[in-house]
Amino acid sequence: MLKALFHILIFPGFLFLFIFGLVAEYVDRKLYARFQNRVGPPWFQPLADFIKLATKEEIIPEEADAAVFKLIPLCALTATITAMLYIPVWSATAVFHFNGDIIVVLYLLTIPTLCYFLGGWYSRSVYSMIGAIRSLTQLFAYEVPFFLCILAPALLADTWSISEMVVFYNKHLGYWFCNLLGFAVAIISLLGKLEKVPFDIPEAETEIVAGPFTEYGGRFLAFLKMTLNIEMVVGASLLAAVFLPFGLNLKPAALFVFYLIQVFFIIALISFLRTIFARLRLDQMINFCWKYLAPLAFLQVLINLILKIMLPR
Amino acid sequence: MHEAGEVNIPFGPQHPALKEPESFLISLRGEKITAMSVRLGYNHRGIEKACEERTYTQDLYLVERICGICSHSHSTCFVQAVEEIVGIELPARAKYIRTLIGELERIHSHLLWLGVAGHEIGFDTLLMYTWRDREVVMDLLAKLTGNRVNYGINSIGGVRRDISPAQKEETLRAMDLLQERTKYYISLAKDETTLIKRLSGVGVLSNEDAKRLGAVGPTGRASGLKRDVRKDDPYAAYAELDFKVVTSNECDVYGRTLVRLGELMQSYSMVRQVIEKIPDGPIAVKVPRKIPAGEAVSRYEAPRGEDFHYVRSNGTEKPDRVKVRAPTLANIQVVSKMLENRYLADMPIVVAAIDPCFSCTDRLIAVYDSGKKAKNTLVWESLRIKGIKWYKKQGVDFAPLNKKLTQLL
Repeated sequence: MLKALFHILIFPGFLFLFIFGLVAEYVDRKLYARFQNRVGPPWFQPLADFIKLATKEEIIPEEADAAVFKLIPLCALTATITAMLYIPVWSATAVFHFNGDIIVVLYLLTIPTLCYFLGGWYSRSVYSMIGAIRSLTQLFAYEVPFFLCILAPALLADTWSISEMVVFYNKHLGYWFCNLLGFAVAIISLLGKLEKVPFDIPEAETEIVAGPFTEYGGRFLAFLKMTLNIEMVVGASLLAAVFLPFGLNLKPAALFVFYLIQVFFIIALISFLRTIFARLRLDQMINFCWKYLAPLAFLQVLINLILKIMLPR
Repeated sequence: MHEAGEVNIPFGPQHPALKEPESFLISLRGEKITAMSVRLGYNHRGIEKACEERTYTQDLYLVERICGICSHSHSTCFVQAVEEIVGIELPARAKYIRTLIGELERIHSHLLWLGVAGHEIGFDTLLMYTWRDREVVMDLLAKLTGNRVNYGINSIGGVRRDISPAQKEETLRAMDLLQERTKYYISLAKDETTLIKRLSGVGVLSNEDAKRLGAVGPTGRASGLKRDVRKDDPYAAYAELDFKVVTSNECDVYGRTLVRLGELMQSYSMVRQVIEKIPDGPIAVKVPRKIPAGEAVSRYEAPRGEDFHYVRSNGTEKPDRVKVRAPTLANIQVVSKMLENRYLADMPIVVAAIDPCFSCTDRLIAVYDSGKKAKNTLVWESLRIKGIKWYKKQGVDFAPLNKKLTQLL
């Protein structure tokens, strides 16, 4: 019981992810700034932002459904943190694992987006509602390629557990190379999941202010921002576990450092991608996802199905 | 305006995409815009009226503050009209210095626009890059005139500051640097896929519509209208400079981007020509404080299009009437045309593509009663009575308060 609480609240649960999320936000913002030829924020900026937001007045719109409005940030945060418990990162096994946990993780990572939708919808402001509809519409575009390219490596490893997948790819080190196409697709879909440029359509500042978050402020906004940060960390960890599964033979401390490097590498990729693109329009984004991303993800599944027969196990 | 399945979205007067208060009310069906109405008047400052109560020299500085970006355009346009009434010939050196500042202003305005356009389509990297480069020309303007904006270089009858050989060299160096950077932006505009996707085919304004609705400046030129006051009706030193009027037949926001980038390249070349050709001599002539009675119209190609000033004098040291038609007023009508059947996501960039300056545009609004076909102008007293009545209807009565106030007084 105590051990479970420790995992949930401290490591690798809430506290660890909170700090890691802040560091990840700093790295992302600093890199983004440096890519754009700016100085960027000091290291404590994310924490300062969090504290400032947390101490601000809470304003709930009169027309909004107060209960849903308050509950949504919490739901989103909980789902994201729970997902982390099933991802093996610095050891062969995750804190909790069973055959099929890959589905659970993907499902848990969908919940934040649904929460943004509900939060935006129940804010009852036009900007929030349009943002909410946009985030849901976008969900249907990136989610399919994201699911497919996470499932493709699982097919090759012939398991539905991420932990077993990591063990399998460590045994057959060369095999991760087959999933490179899937990795590229996954990174791009992750941009959609995290609502970052070029897929930041739901919160397009110049069109609909802040999308679903327009009416949020104070503590609730602080938690929503934290959810986004943690979602970035969890998403990067998932990709690191699935697509960069090396180094299990390292010592635990070294493995942990190696894990951090992997996550920061993926975050750097995300920052780089959001530097070089303009925001797409919703119709262009959906076209792109269904025309290019989904077929590529299918191709990855097909390749892995063929390889599964051909490669020695 | 409101039908089932449609939502009305207020786009302004306060909105992150707008840098100045202006109201656009959009009706949306899904992501598509079905109707739009523009409402001006949030930024009215009464400058035209204020001009009538100040001397010509004071007006020069007031008129310069009509716009924060094309300040030199307005002041030159105004001063040209006044000089025409007086009937003086400007020294050649003054003409060249005005042209120089005018072109540097165009460079800074177009670089600013490029950044804003990038921001509107979510391409913040472009914003950071162009605004960094814009600093070069802003610093240069500060060194030449003393100010980064509102340069105050014009005086009636000439300019206030001369340009030294060292400043000439510095200007040339800055032009080299900026030209290099602009070439990079041109290649970016031609290669970057997401940029082209967001700009191409958006905000289409056909050549006929541009003519019919009277689009000016880069907005008109991107629809194939070859109109440029610098070429058609040369003022200052433009008659002696060699430059092309950049046009494009793309008719969309992408075309407007290409036109502005092309104009940047032309401006660099013009600045170099000015530095090379600038003659020696005085920079100003003396003009009497009292301007003889008369009237004049002056046109100027501001970065955003044709600027138009009308000045009427009555023989005193204050003008009788000043009328300003800023380029945005000519361009604002085309926005609703450009947005017909477009997506909400295109709204910010289409509005930004005319490079709007709402503070230039806002004028006094006279309300016409369409039923009576009569102009219904409210004077201060009737507006006050109307206000009191309106509040009474809402349940707020000012009568007792008013009585108390009169007793106190």
